[in-house]
Amino acid sequence: MPTRLQREAKPDSLLVNMGPSHPAMHGAVRIMLELEGERILNSELEVGYLHRGFEKLCENRTFFNLLIYTDRLNYVSPLINNLGYVMTVEKMLGLEVPERAQYIRVLMSELSRISDHLTCLAAMAMECGAFTVFLYKMKAREFIWDVIEATTGARMTTSYIRIGGVRADLDPDYRPAVQKAILETRKVLKDVHGLLDKNKIFLNRTREIGLMTPENALNWGWTGPALRSTGIAYDVRRAFPYLVYDRLKFDIPTGVRGDNYDRYMVRMKEMEQSLAIVEQCLERLQKSSRPIMAGGIEPADAIHAGRSQKPKEKIRLSPNLEGAEKDITKDILAADGRYVVPPKEDTYTTIEGLISHFKFFMTGQGIRPPKGEAYFSVEGGNGELGYYIVSDGSDKPYRLHLRAPCLHLLAALEELIKGRYVADVIPTFGSMNIILGELDR
Amino acid sequence: MTGSFIYTKFNYLLGWARKFSLFHYPYVTACCGMEYMSTACAHFDIDRFGAGWTRFSPRQSDLLLVVGTICQKQAPVLKTVYDQMTEPKWVIAFGACAVSGGIYDNYAVVQGVDQIIPVDVYVPGCPPRPETVLDGLLKLQEKIQKQEHDWRWKKRNS
Amino acid sequence: MEETKLLDELGKTFPDKILETSSFLGDTAVVIVWDALLDIVNFLRKKPYEFNMLLDLTCVDYQGRSPRFEMVYHVFALAARKRLRIKLAVPDDQPVVDSLTPVWKNANWLEREVYDMFGIRFEGHPDLRRLFMYDGFEGHPLRKDYPLRKRQPLIPLRK
Repeated sequence: MPTRLQREAKPDSLLVNMGPSHPAMHGAVRIMLELEGERILNSELEVGYLHRGFEKLCENRTFFNLLIYTDRLNYVSPLINNLGYVMTVEKMLGLEVPERAQYIRVLMSELSRISDHLTCLAAMAMECGAFTVFLYKMKAREFIWDVIEATTGARMTTSYIRIGGVRADLDPDYRPAVQKAILETRKVLKDVHGLLDKNKIFLNRTREIGLMTPENALNWGWTGPALRSTGIAYDVRRAFPYLVYDRLKFDIPTGVRGDNYDRYMVRMKEMEQSLAIVEQCLERLQKSSRPIMAGGIEPADAIHAGRSQKPKEKIRLSPNLEGAEKDITKDILAADGRYVVPPKEDTYTTIEGLISHFKFFMTGQGIRPPKGEAYFSVEGGNGELGYYIVSDGSDKPYRLHLRAPCLHLLAALEELIKGRYVADVIPTFGSMNIILGELDR
Repeated sequence: MTGSFIYTKFNYLLGWARKFSLFHYPYVTACCGMEYMSTACAHFDIDRFGAGWTRFSPRQSDLLLVVGTICQKQAPVLKTVYDQMTEPKWVIAFGACAVSGGIYDNYAVVQGVDQIIPVDVYVPGCPPRPETVLDGLLKLQEKIQKQEHDWRWKKRNS
Repeated sequence: MEETKLLDELGKTFPDKILETSSFLGDTAVVIVWDALLDIVNFLRKKPYEFNMLLDLTCVDYQGRSPRFEMVYHVFALAARKRLRIKLAVPDDQPVVDSLTPVWKNANWLEREVYDMFGIRFEGHPDLRRLFMYDGFEGHPLRKDYPLRKRQPLIPLRK
């Protein structure tokens, strides 16, 4: 079946496919171009090469289970997608999260945001030919991922932010690791500023290309760094403050022209602001009062002793459950037993804990929000990441819809590259940070 | 002929040359692409195993790294790319989604790349750590070393 | 409250088109009759409300209920930082809704997605065809009666 471009094209112009397997490492988008020489007369985009049926899958999984699918949406900043989903469900349940958990959530999502911007700009610079920038930024990203891995257990797809709080407390050595990550990221940002900011080649490729006016951007539904580069300072963290963002000090950098260079600069400045937020969180997070896990009886002994009476000693849990013991659970997870897995000491030794654990995971039981619908949005790496959940009272969502910021950004690409050269497509596409996991769901 | 000393030694030499100079084509679709980028960069260098050069053309590469989920819409594209590669060629299925469809068991995802093209090494993980990927690459290198290679002299004389 | 003021104004200007209004968990929602969509949207875009951004456009399939499909729109006023949810039930006998493409440009792809996933047609859409699924795919995946695992492979699979 001929595509729209093939039907509308002039008979003597060249049709070129920037095919689904794209060297620009953005995944799988097909851009069909109608060229006359090097100038683009018309273009057409085809998406859907990574449509994994996320929304349909979510209708068949319980609220707790589908958390893993949300990680894989915007896979460069997975903790932010987790956060968006979890906060929507908490809005429906009316659940309050303890303060330490909120600070940990902010810390983790800002680290994710930094890693998102690092990846986006690294890929964009690499495609324009600046390979060194890519290597430097990946180095900085490794330090950030080390921090995330020490706390959550996984470098990327973590499923760390849970309904009611977070999965486990921060690693005991997180402070030096985070400080090292901040230091390395600042060094890399300074180097990259020196390499790219006044670089004639980079300026020629990104200045005055991909221009977008503010009114047009609003009409297209743009949000996030792309909208802020046109001059409109809309940030969900300021407009609808969630978690503890209203207590933290940070600026919203904006651009002037709305071209590729402004999108690059806005992202670089936002990384600075995110680093400032991470430092503020570090100051405010007190040290956990957790004793070192050396003493304690084995779980088998505790179960045996618990047959006659409740054991009074501490239980030494397996290292996999470290960070979620009873005396810190109250700091990181809401106390409501209906929506949160009880701490393992209770599950092993008391009957109430066992019943709560059982009812949480049983089919048909578990987290069942009341009938209704809710929409909640967080500031993702690309803009307003919104979740719209309709619940019918059962343990599975009736409908879950994701407001993907990339869809609106990419839909405008056809307009932005019309009349430009083929070489302009690459930095324009790269500066929009298209993440297909989010776009295609 | 098959037991001959020259044959085995030349086979060994060819295997040695091929395994340490793999040009890979990263067919990146999804989240595993981030771990691929980490593996290829300075921290967990893939270049020290000889496989550092990324050739974004199927004609010039001999290792197809299928990274990420392959959807039904993407399947003909993958098959075309694989068919365009010249012999000898190897395929590594990188990540749980390429190995078996991963956590996505639904209408839109191919349950494993081996339903479309033959795979040599399966690297599990969601996403696999870079060390796992390098382990998979080393296993592929062992496989290439032990393989029976085709070359013109053998074809003419057998 | 400004939300109730807006809802009252809407009720007064379109007396027989607003079926229901609600303000639940901080979200304001209004259920309208399906043919009043463009009028209400144009009314909301003018001052003093200035809802100038279409955040989202989606559909929910209430199988077993008549009318079956319900379209949900989220619009946003940037200056006042107000969100509004507009819901309308698509009539069962002819599932056609007015397209919002003349008003907001991102409605183009969003409506294509809804057509692809649910099968609802949009009148006035310049180029209504599938967005995510491929040509030759039969059916609309997100409907409740489409089985989750029904695969329609494009090329013959090996094993």
